[in-house]
Amino acid sequence: MMKADAPIVSHRPELALAAVSAVVLVALALVPQVVDLYQTQLLTYGLIAAIAALGFNLLLGYTGLLSFGHSAFFGIGAYTIAFLLRYLNIHSMEIYLAIGLAVVAVTSVLFGYICVRHTRIFFGILTLALSQVLYSLALKLFWVTGGTDGLRVARPSLLFGLVTFSGAGSFQRFIGTYYYYVLALFAVSVVILWVIVHSPFGKALQAIRDNETRAAFLGLRIPRYRLIAFTISGTFTGLAGILWAPLNGLATPDVLYWTFSGEIVFTALLGGFRSFAGPIVGGIVFTYLKTYAVATTEYWQALLGAVLVLLVIVLPTGIVGALSQLAAKLTTKAKS
Amino acid sequence: MAIFFIQVLNSLFYASVLFLIAAGLSLIFGVMRIVNMAHGALYGIGAFVTAWLVGRAVAFGAAPAWLFLLIPVGAGVVALIGLVIEPLLLRRFYRRAEEYQLLVTFGLLLILEDAVRFVWGGLPLTADALMDAVPSVRLGGLVYPGYNIVVIGVGVAAAVALWAVIYRTKFGIMLRATSQDRRMASALGINVGAVYVSAFAIGCFMAGLGGAIIVPSQAAVLGMGINALVLAFVVVVIGGLGSLQGALVGALIVSFVRTLGIQFFPEIELAVLYLIAALVLLVKPTGLFGNA
Amino acid sequence: MTVLLQTIDLRKQFGETRACDGVNFVVHQGEFLSLVGSNGAGKTSLVNLISGQLRPDSGKILFEGNDITSATVSERIRAGIARSFQIVNLFDGMTVFDNVSLSIFSRQGKAAHMAALASHDGDVRSEALEVLGQFGLREKTGIVAAELAQGERKLLDVAIAYALRPKLLFLDEPTSGVSTRDKAQIMDTVSGIVRAGSVTAVIIEHDMDVVFRYSDRIVMMHEGSFLADGTPEEIKANKDVANILLGAPLSA
Repeated sequence: MMKADAPIVSHRPELALAAVSAVVLVALALVPQVVDLYQTQLLTYGLIAAIAALGFNLLLGYTGLLSFGHSAFFGIGAYTIAFLLRYLNIHSMEIYLAIGLAVVAVTSVLFGYICVRHTRIFFGILTLALSQVLYSLALKLFWVTGGTDGLRVARPSLLFGLVTFSGAGSFQRFIGTYYYYVLALFAVSVVILWVIVHSPFGKALQAIRDNETRAAFLGLRIPRYRLIAFTISGTFTGLAGILWAPLNGLATPDVLYWTFSGEIVFTALLGGFRSFAGPIVGGIVFTYLKTYAVATTEYWQALLGAVLVLLVIVLPTGIVGALSQLAAKLTTKAKS
Repeated sequence: MAIFFIQVLNSLFYASVLFLIAAGLSLIFGVMRIVNMAHGALYGIGAFVTAWLVGRAVAFGAAPAWLFLLIPVGAGVVALIGLVIEPLLLRRFYRRAEEYQLLVTFGLLLILEDAVRFVWGGLPLTADALMDAVPSVRLGGLVYPGYNIVVIGVGVAAAVALWAVIYRTKFGIMLRATSQDRRMASALGINVGAVYVSAFAIGCFMAGLGGAIIVPSQAAVLGMGINALVLAFVVVVIGGLGSLQGALVGALIVSFVRTLGIQFFPEIELAVLYLIAALVLLVKPTGLFGNA
Repeated sequence: MTVLLQTIDLRKQFGETRACDGVNFVVHQGEFLSLVGSNGAGKTSLVNLISGQLRPDSGKILFEGNDITSATVSERIRAGIARSFQIVNLFDGMTVFDNVSLSIFSRQGKAAHMAALASHDGDVRSEALEVLGQFGLREKTGIVAAELAQGERKLLDVAIAYALRPKLLFLDEPTSGVSTRDKAQIMDTVSGIVRAGSVTAVIIEHDMDVVFRYSDRIVMMHEGSFLADGTPEEIKANKDVANILLGAPLSA
């Protein structure tokens, strides 16, 4: 929090933020040079989870809407890619992105139109039911979607066909190159969402979150703002799904299932949904946690549930929230 | 003609089960203003517990008539679970934002689903013995399970009993007072904490009862909880959250559409149901009988 | 004088209680009008009906000649009506600066802009600082609204409404819950700003000292209808009013 007479004109906080972000970006870029292929692949999944969480948190942290159905957007993103490959024989990642993002955006608007007019509990119920409807469709229309087996997603070509992956050593080359592709899109996503959150629109969202009545008394058309936020949120989570499909090699119904929505919620909570960077931290940390949890126990879902409950009770502001509280305590101690 | 009549009976059968689940959910919301995301899992636990008990009893050589007593026992176990959950997990969140309650019960859902898998494994559990205990009925030229008609009876009895408790007993007055104005009720000397716990236990009992009565007809399988939860959600969206009539009417609508759906467009029946719910919401945002 | 707002036979009933019983309320451009009456007289209901939070049972509301009876709250705001709240209604998680600048963004139609940073809009920034300065909150711009003192919160509540530069501003008990020392300061500030900005203002007030000192016109409500309507001198001379206000000081 700023001091009482700190000038708001100064750009110093933003420059400092840019500097820190640049350092983090450089560090992330160097990761594949120092770790093995498996770790690079894991971190790619982590960045993808971070994008999904960032998209989700625009809705939760900044607009105050808790969605239990964000797996719908992730899954639509993934399946769109699979369909483009299977039915139109398209292999270009850029076309995947162009069409995939369009499909996810349209779906978000449609779903949002139904959901955002409603109170918080109904909103949660509607979003959950929505993702389950999609899940049931993916399961039952198996001749289109591959049912429980899912649909294969081959390695796409990157940069408009400039970079392709076939032949010997292609897996290694793919993992190595795809990491940078995802990292680039991650960086772009972070910048776009950061600007949105700090724009007049972002302020309006937070006002609607904090005090809906007063926001209406500012002349803001609340359903419209919520719908726009919902659309942006769904699109970014869909982007994560689009990036995920080629890495996973397979589009399966479990990324449409309600437990996957739960994972997305969990990542935002884990990192801290009251801060911008929280979901990023949550997404990456969760990816590692889940990998080790799944390897350790068959009942990792119960573990996820238990940790979720503990987080809500003990650490509702998440990792980033706890760290900033700690930092605040240490700085006040240092001053006295 | 007989087929049509059978479809009607099937719809009423499923509506009875849906009513129990949805009414439990609505009761809890009406009194405590929370939506228990784990409600469907409790329904599943009711099914598994009852099926397991029936299996044990049959192995023990129990007569079919006794098996019927296991249904309320199964539901009772779920009510007991509810009695543990409310003070342990939910009580601390009443004063906090709704989001936290949803998150906690969602976490509970994850835990309970895995708990079922842990205790009973991944295989379905049946309770056919109960189904077989009731003689079949002849309708036209067709045979129909008498058990289903028993279930419809249970559904009707539950609706009547619930209505009677809420509108004709002293406890019901306390429930209604607490749901309308918690502070006022407390000021009038009502033990709000006890009302909350009772309402929650009754709601859980109903979910468990739903599972208990369906399991002789439909095996208990993993994931049945979430499917039921989604349908129960559609029921309360259409009927209105917190309303007993809404749960009844909603259950009937959802069940009949579902039967039609399964008959004519089986793959997309859930999508059709959701569409109907969306349409109802566009016209009446709080559901047909709701005032949430 | 031009009529800015007019209600025609406005009625609202809550069970047995008639909050507004055929109210014909007229507000002229440029007035500083006080709406007084005992609790339950219907003042807040009237303001809630005009601002859009309540729907009337019957009757019409005309603003600048346009029928706004079925307009939504945000439509009325955009038409030029604004209000402050008796129980302070702020964006507690946001800074004082953001609370006020958002009104300006909204007024200028910039609230949906997402491709530019809010803090970089120089016009909005300077106007927000100007408004905050007028309300004596210039020193508190970076502070989160939840941390202000009560009197400051009341001023901010009015500032948020004022920053909309409304044509008609409703102030709901702007001095209630505030110490006597702050009362005068708040009212001086508010009336000064409102008059300087030529904003038409209607204030609900219980403190008759305040009412008599600052109003052009006083309207008194009693049990859902108007009992008296006139200048402070006329009201003071009114026997009905004196009966209702028995006990309240009539000094000026």
